[in-house]
Amino acid sequence: MPRVKVARKSTSIDMTAMCDVAFLLLTFFILTAKPRVEDPVPVDVPGSIKEIPIPDDGLIVLTVGEKKVFFTVDGNDVRKSVLQQMGEKYGVQFTPQEAEKFSVLPVFGVPIRQLKGFLALDAEQKKGYQQPGIPRDSISDELFNWIRESRLAAKALHNTELRISIKGDSKEEYPTIKDVIAILQRQEVNKFSLITTLRGAAKK
Amino acid sequence: MAELDTSGGGKKGKKVRSKKQSTRVDLTAMVDLAFLLITFFMLTTTLSKPKAMDLAMPDKDKDKQEQFDVAASRTMTLLLGKDNKLMWYIGEPGKSAPNTEYYGANGLRKTLIEKKAEVQQKTGKFMFVIIKPSDKSVYKNLVDVLDEMAITNIDSYGIVDISPVEIELLKRDGLY
Repeated sequence: MPRVKVARKSTSIDMTAMCDVAFLLLTFFILTAKPRVEDPVPVDVPGSIKEIPIPDDGLIVLTVGEKKVFFTVDGNDVRKSVLQQMGEKYGVQFTPQEAEKFSVLPVFGVPIRQLKGFLALDAEQKKGYQQPGIPRDSISDELFNWIRESRLAAKALHNTELRISIKGDSKEEYPTIKDVIAILQRQEVNKFSLITTLRGAAKK
Repeated sequence: MAELDTSGGGKKGKKVRSKKQSTRVDLTAMVDLAFLLITFFMLTTTLSKPKAMDLAMPDKDKDKQEQFDVAASRTMTLLLGKDNKLMWYIGEPGKSAPNTEYYGANGLRKTLIEKKAEVQQKTGKFMFVIIKPSDKSVYKNLVDVLDEMAITNIDSYGIVDISPVEIELLKRDGLY
């Protein structure tokens, strides 16, 4: 009895199309990925039912945690000009190298007198450095001026109004938040956002 | 398909042709790599973008000029104390007995809905809520209360600094 021979087919498949799709997706994810900014203090953002996403740019974020306030403003050019204005105001001279470093610094929380030293650290040292937060007392008025100068710089450079948002830790005690709100209200910012995460539907 | 015809054009011609090599490349490794990277980027991108809650505070300077009175009978005051507890009363401090309440669907929200309906029925006007966070409350409490305002559709509310009388009330009930 003759054995039935099954014709063997090649197992290699044409992968061109698959490769195309894979790289298309890869490109998409690379381009949409935003480097995650690590908070200098652990911040557990409270949940809320509000579903308004925060805008991508034109934002000042005040991170509040462990009774400290950290400052973030979008835009490298804005940051650069803010540093210059703040330097003039407080009589601290920053070199172009320092300005360059500051323009890529995502978030910081050091008094302006210590900023020079902080900028000199490398990335690894910055991580280990205990940032004391930006002073918000009314004598040095640094937080007030950082916010104010950022708004002025954004207005001058892009003619946009910066939106101010507070990213607070759930466990943060209210006096710190009250201070920050008072500082905002002193420069007539009466409308701002609180950053929250979407709360699970279970509690709804 | 992006493949070239490599079958050759027959052997009619007499020209000596250099042997054509197949242009087919094994893409398996490349696809493997691509999918690996896709997986990496998919997992590292934050899928849930943070949300924002808009908050408008009353203008401090104009406050004195444009201060408007709301009848005490339709104001509900929430005093945020420590340990995730709050106190509420309707009317003026000291005159009406405050109640202690917890946050959440069965605590604050229930009360808010009840009182909202009650005030609406009694006075025919909407209820006004004054939120007074004490120094012992945490940020989450404030966000929770603002959230409850959104859930119960109370549009008129304000955040006001707490007064010493109210701190005394909180102290008495061990919430400060």
